[in-house]
Order: sequence, then C-alpha cells, then structure tokens
Amino acid sequence: MTQTFPMVFELLQVVLVLALAPAFIGWIRMLRCWLRGRTSAGLLQPYRDLSKLFSKDMVLADNASWIFRFSPYLVFGVMVLMAGIIPILSTELLLTATADVIVLVALFAIARFFLALAGMDVGTAFGGMGSSREMMVASLAEPAILMAIFTVSLIGQSTSLSEIGKVLIDGEFVLRPSMAFALLAFILIFLAETGRIPVDNPVTHLELTMIHEAMILEYSGRHLALMEWAHMIKIFNFAAIGIVLFFPWGISTSADLAQIPITLVFLAVKLGLVGLGMALVELPLAKMRLFRVPEFLGAAFLFATLGMLSYFTME
Amino acid sequence: MLLQHAAQINSIMAAMVLLTGFGLLVQRRMNALLHLFAWQGLFLSLSTALVGLTAGVHHLYISAVLTLTLKVILIPYILLQLARRLHIRKEAEPLVNIPTTMLIGIGLVILSYWLTSPIRELSTLVTRSTIATALATVMLGLLMMIVRRKAMTQVIGFLAMENGLFFAATSATYGMPLVVELGVALDLLIAAFIFGIFFFQIRTTFDSLDVSSMVRLKEDRE
Repeated sequence: MTQTFPMVFELLQVVLVLALAPAFIGWIRMLRCWLRGRTSAGLLQPYRDLSKLFSKDMVLADNASWIFRFSPYLVFGVMVLMAGIIPILSTELLLTATADVIVLVALFAIARFFLALAGMDVGTAFGGMGSSREMMVASLAEPAILMAIFTVSLIGQSTSLSEIGKVLIDGEFVLRPSMAFALLAFILIFLAETGRIPVDNPVTHLELTMIHEAMILEYSGRHLALMEWAHMIKIFNFAAIGIVLFFPWGISTSADLAQIPITLVFLAVKLGLVGLGMALVELPLAKMRLFRVPEFLGAAFLFATLGMLSYFTME
Repeated sequence: MLLQHAAQINSIMAAMVLLTGFGLLVQRRMNALLHLFAWQGLFLSLSTALVGLTAGVHHLYISAVLTLTLKVILIPYILLQLARRLHIRKEAEPLVNIPTTMLIGIGLVILSYWLTSPIRELSTLVTRSTIATALATVMLGLLMMIVRRKAMTQVIGFLAMENGLFFAATSATYGMPLVVELGVALDLLIAAFIFGIFFFQIRTTFDSLDVSSMVRLKEDRE
C-alpha cells in the first residue's frame, strides 16, 4: 500500500477544496448567527447561493473589456491551483514540490491584481475605490505575511510548505515564542487578506466602507458566482496554509490512501475550530476606519518581526 | 525534562511581557492601557514564580506574590480610580505617530538583543535567553515616556520600565535580594499615591494633564 496513485491524491484534494470551501463559509456564518441568537440559514446556504448565481443570466456593461470577462476565470483558476499546491491532505502531493510558499503569496498577488483591474475596468466610481483600497491593504499585508512565513520557515529550514509541515510533525513538540508571534501576525493578516471584520465587512454593501464587495459590484450571474466561489476558496486556502504552518499534526506524511479517513477527521476538526475562532474574533469587533488599517497591519508586521527576532535570541 | 519545559514556558512568558510592552506603546485608551499593564504584571509574576520553581530560589515566590498583588491588582486599581476621577479616557495624539513608534520599538528590541548578547554568552542560568527581552521592555517603557504627552501615560511608561528592570533582575541573577525587592515594591506603591496627588496638582494648575504645557517655566508678564 505504498505510493498509490499520487495523481488520485492530488485530484481528491482539489475536488475536496472545491466542495468544502462553501461549507466552511456556511459554517462560519452559521456560528455567527448562533452566537448572536439568530436562526441560521444552514450549512448549505452558500451552495444554494452559488447554484442560483450560476443559473442566472449575465449582464455585462457595454464598455467592459476582455479583462472584465477574463478575470473571474483567472481568479478562480489561480485559487484552484493553490488548492492543489497547499498540503491539505498529505505532504507528499505531486504539486507541492513545484511551488514554495513565496510562490503561493505571489499567486495570491496575481489573483488580487486581476481582481483590482476588473474592479477598475468598467469605470464606475465604486470599483475604482474598492480596487485602490484593496491594493493599499495588500501592499501592507504582503510584507507582513512573508515575514510571518519566514519565521516559521526558519524553524522548518525550508520555504516549502510540505517540508515545514514534515519537520513540525516529525520533530519533538517545542513551545516557541517565535511561533506564537508568527501565529498572531498570521491571524491579523488572515483577517485583512480575506476581507473579514475588522478590515472589511463581507455582509454589507455600504459604499463608504466596502473593499472586496466594491470590486465585484459590477459582476453578475456566472461571473459573480465564480468570483464568490473563488473568494470562498481563498479563505479556505488561507486557513489551510495556517494549519500547515502552525498546526500540521494530523496531515498524513505519506501518499497512502488508507490514511485519508483519519486525515479528513483531523481536517474537519481543525477547520471547525478555525471557523469558531473567526466567528469569535469577528463578533465583538466593529469594522475599523480605513485609515486605522495601516496600524492594524503595522501591528501584524511588528509581531512577525518580533517572531523572527525571538527565533534568534530566545531559542 | 521539567526544566526544559519550564524554560520554554518562561520564554513564552518573556515574549508575552514584550508583547504587552508593545501593546502599551500603541494603545490610546486609558482603560485598555491599564488592563494591558495589569496583564504585563501577571506575565511577569508567572515568569518569576516559574524561575523560582526551576532554580529552587524560594524567595522568588515572595517576589511573585508581591508583583501579583501590587502590579496586577493594587496599582492598576489605583490608577483606574484616578483616571475615572480625572475623566481621562483617551490619550492626546502622541508626539510620534503610531507606526513610526512601532518601528522605533523594533529598533530598540534589536539594539537590546545586540547589547545583551555578550552577557548571554557568559551566563549559565536557565533564564539567560530572556535578558534581552527584559532590557527591551525597559527601553520600550522609556520610549513610551518620551512619545506620550499626558502625565498619566508617562507614569504607566515608568511603571512598565520598572517591570522591565524587575524582569532583568530575575533573568540575569535570579532576582535581587528580598530586602531590596521589598523596598522597591513599597517605593512603587508610595509612588503610585504620590503620582495621584501630582495629577491633581497638575490639573488644577494647567487645566489638563498634557505635560507639554509645562515647558514654559515662567508665567506670562502682563
């Protein structure tokens, strides 16, 4: 039972992410509703939303260029590619060897670049506003996330996610201040990059504050469905990166199909906890003013830098 | 085995002390500031107790309890009452904006790591790796006293500096003699009271706790 069909594994993981990402979002929404004492729409609501959008007609603005039509497919494609690269089920996937974590950050950047272009393409005020805000957040978040990841890759002695995961799983468990700092930084960036409270509010279309929603405001039908789905996969991917970097225990270290059930159980528990954490973080917070976001991400950069420093000095 | 884990937990505590130090540096609201200060004291006290346990130095337990009662409960409580009475909710804009302060803070942390690296090479204690953090906490407190305008926040900066010194003593030499620590603790308590009186004096004289109005030494002539 060794090394059974790595391709099967790879495909399984991609399909799993595609299928699970809306459920993950549904889970977060469900928790938020419960914590607020509301009735939730259920775990499956995102699927219903997506299928509704897919069956609807598209309305394209007259002056929409090819960028506008091309972006949803590109953004979606990049996210699916990332879902194949991040070691979610096993560290022995085919694609994990092709790209390390720096490439992953760059892939996020490509998706974001086209998203911002698409936001500006039609020429409405909101799209441009959303794009400029998104780029501001991104320009501050990117150095911070690289610093946070470098801190962990110092411990793992590699920038490849699967290598880092393997080192952490196989090595003895050590409490490290640097990891704690990096985790803190990662959580802050996670909230900023995935457009959650307190940086962006995913449930409103308030024109003064929205970031992500402003960029995809002109999309409809199939395109909007792809954008929404891509965003869900992005959140899932980010959570998966966090799991590999900080809590990789439970990810199988061999390409063995027999280990899949136990890996799936671990994955479900961890994602459930991540969702709970996100809901608990978002609940008591209000969205902050846009001009406070640099401070927020500055703090993330600070934590990441402190993490790197404490790796050299305290360990 | 226990020793190794204790050292790990101690470095986590050191990291938390440093983190709360940075929190103090950037926080604007007075309530949150005092809570952060109390947290810093709590981590400090835990770390002290832990060092006492691993090193078998029992008077450190007394210091830990002293820290807990004074810096976690009593002083934050007194300052909180003062802040309520003086109606201080928010700090005025600091002299240097917050992202810059953070960068300076990182610079200070690097500097203190560099300064203490020779000591770290020489020392044989379990706690040697936290000396740099302690020095950094002192420097962050100092920085806070420099960049903030209000007397109240400067006092918190001062107290945070004292936390750092205490931490440095614990990590460099397993704590000062108990007599000295008792003396310092008493001094701090008295200082907290005296600061209170000063706050009221400053406010009645200048109508605010902003110390920048104290730059002028002479009264206007007319």
